[in-house]
Amino acid sequence: MKFFKTYLILFLISSAVFIGCKPKDSDLQAKVEKNLQGSPETSGVTVDVKDGVATLSGEVKVHNAVEKAAASAQDVNGIKSVVNNVTMQAPVVEAPPVEVNSDATMMQGVKDATKDFPTVTANVNDGVITLTGSVKRSNLQTLMMSLNTLKPKKIDNQLTIK
Amino acid sequence: MLLQDKYKQLIDAANAGGVSNLKVREQDNVLHVDGSAPDGATKDKLWSVYNQIDPDYRAGDLIMNVDVAASSGSKAKVTTESTNLNIRKGPGTDQPIVGKASHNEMVTLISKTNDQWWLIKTDKGEEGYAYAQYLSPQ
Repeated sequence: MKFFKTYLILFLISSAVFIGCKPKDSDLQAKVEKNLQGSPETSGVTVDVKDGVATLSGEVKVHNAVEKAAASAQDVNGIKSVVNNVTMQAPVVEAPPVEVNSDATMMQGVKDATKDFPTVTANVNDGVITLTGSVKRSNLQTLMMSLNTLKPKKIDNQLTIK
Repeated sequence: MLLQDKYKQLIDAANAGGVSNLKVREQDNVLHVDGSAPDGATKDKLWSVYNQIDPDYRAGDLIMNVDVAASSGSKAKVTTESTNLNIRKGPGTDQPIVGKASHNEMVTLISKTNDQWWLIKTDKGEEGYAYAQYLSPQ
């Protein structure tokens, strides 16, 4: 009985406080959040409500989502004003990854490229061409030009240049 | 993007020289520069800039695969050091030799097999595959 009474009193007090006050910021914030989450375009936006003022922040990907986020907050009853700090995300240009030839393809190519340079040894391992041996400086560029067309990951030039 | 700074002069030269389909990408600490130069002089210029930035190509941080734009049917000069250029039955040095083009001879490019091999035809009518490194599209 004692517990029940305590709860009853607490309930009455909190009800009185709730009815007597303006909408609570935390409730408003929850409502705005629900609106923002409702659309994939604005789901990345976060909101903070203080004294009925909603401050929006975060990044969106599409152009009109900035205005849409503001509207999601404005639509909630009890929001007095909206500070919109939402920005457009800079477009990310996804360059396709560099294509690297398989070791088998490269080994054949390396054989062709070094055919005229018998003092050069070229090994291919995990996309990397490693050059050992020696070469005349006047032939180095020709050799490198050929090897660079083979789409290796890297060329490790350890040649002695004469 | 430190490599792009290191090779900035090269990338600028590629842009200034009108290299088409220019792609500059960094992957696994190596800068890959791909594209098609309008002529052999532009390609040579890029290689000399490369050699200035990284003497003797020692750093192992750049792969430059810039070819010279050439269309099928156009002419190319045989630019071996001094010797004849082998014309082979297939694209590979393990393929039998079916003909030869002499140093500085002009040949006709028929089709590009890959970045290493062209199918070519000589004025004498010999047809086969030749190593692209020794062909300078005109």
